[in-house]
Amino acid sequence: MVGASGTGAPGDTWVVVPLYQEATAVGDVVRELRRSFPQVVCVDDGSTDGSADQARRAGARVVRHCINLGQGAALQTGFDFALRDASTRFVVTFDADGQHRVEDAHAMVERLRDGEADVVFGSRFLDDRTEVPRVRRVVLRSAVRYTNLTTGVRLTDAHNGLRALSREAVGALRITHHRMAHASEIVSLVGRSGLSWVEHPVEIRYTDYSRAKGQSLLNSVNILVETILG
Amino acid sequence: MRLIQGLLVLALLVVGAVLVRSTADARHQAVRRILLVLLGLLAVTSVLVPQAVTWVAEALGVGRGTDLVLYGLVVAFLGFIASSYRRTRALEGKVAELTRRLALDEEAREAGAAAHRNVTTDGTAAPEETPTRAERPGA
Repeated sequence: MVGASGTGAPGDTWVVVPLYQEATAVGDVVRELRRSFPQVVCVDDGSTDGSADQARRAGARVVRHCINLGQGAALQTGFDFALRDASTRFVVTFDADGQHRVEDAHAMVERLRDGEADVVFGSRFLDDRTEVPRVRRVVLRSAVRYTNLTTGVRLTDAHNGLRALSREAVGALRITHHRMAHASEIVSLVGRSGLSWVEHPVEIRYTDYSRAKGQSLLNSVNILVETILG
Repeated sequence: MRLIQGLLVLALLVVGAVLVRSTADARHQAVRRILLVLLGLLAVTSVLVPQAVTWVAEALGVGRGTDLVLYGLVVAFLGFIASSYRRTRALEGKVAELTRRLALDEEAREAGAAAHRNVTTDGTAAPEETPTRAERPGA
């Protein structure tokens, strides 16, 4: 166990985990997170499979949307939750399916703590730890190209759920794309608000589980349309 | 390019512009109503003077009056899709705000209740769930 003592002042960090139908994975994810980050909030987006109970049992605070709104809306709810806590200085966004590594999140918060930037985006393309399936790589690359073109923020990975944000950054963002287009939206909001940002190399664990749960590539069409129509 | 082609392309661009513009204030509603009245007047005219549609169509370079009506319908339909998309988006935003507020307030109340209980017992989150569920109306 890493323990709370080895992590500086973890009481000032909330980890926001958008949660939808991940009952089999979320318990382990929360338990692993809480070894480094005692404050974890799961925003349950209307799950019907007992995800909320699993998360609560693992020690997370759980905020429940009574209807399904989408991941973007869940993230915004998590941001609002974190902002209600006056001692919050940093917020991490972390997926519920176990594809992210807690060590990466920890390193990203440390970079915020050092004052390097207001926002740290995780990127799976900065080193070669992550084996990205070929088709997915093509789609992700196109998404990045589009995001870079339209937001003026030059990233290597546009759709990574692992981010670390300062309180100021969280307060400046307002996500309105409730479904999946929020990833590009966050990038563009950061670009427009003049917040400083850096990318941090992270590893994505493509397990059979996350592959089965991950969004279908067809969904990228929806993301594109939502992004263009605004 | 025939006149009708120019007009249709222009109409489509206008629809696109409406789509991109911000939504739904009183001015937009007024414009929609004016267009609706114009449409009604056109419909009455075409019933009273059936040849009129054909004259207009020929003047515009369309073969038949019915074709002109069809083109008009296509443009109007696209406009409808555009405006209803905007309105749905706006409504979704309101639903999200409402749900978020409910969710956060409910969590705060549960956390408060749990903290209160922890003063006397070393209670876990489990016992508080049943009453909370029961008081929530069904979906």
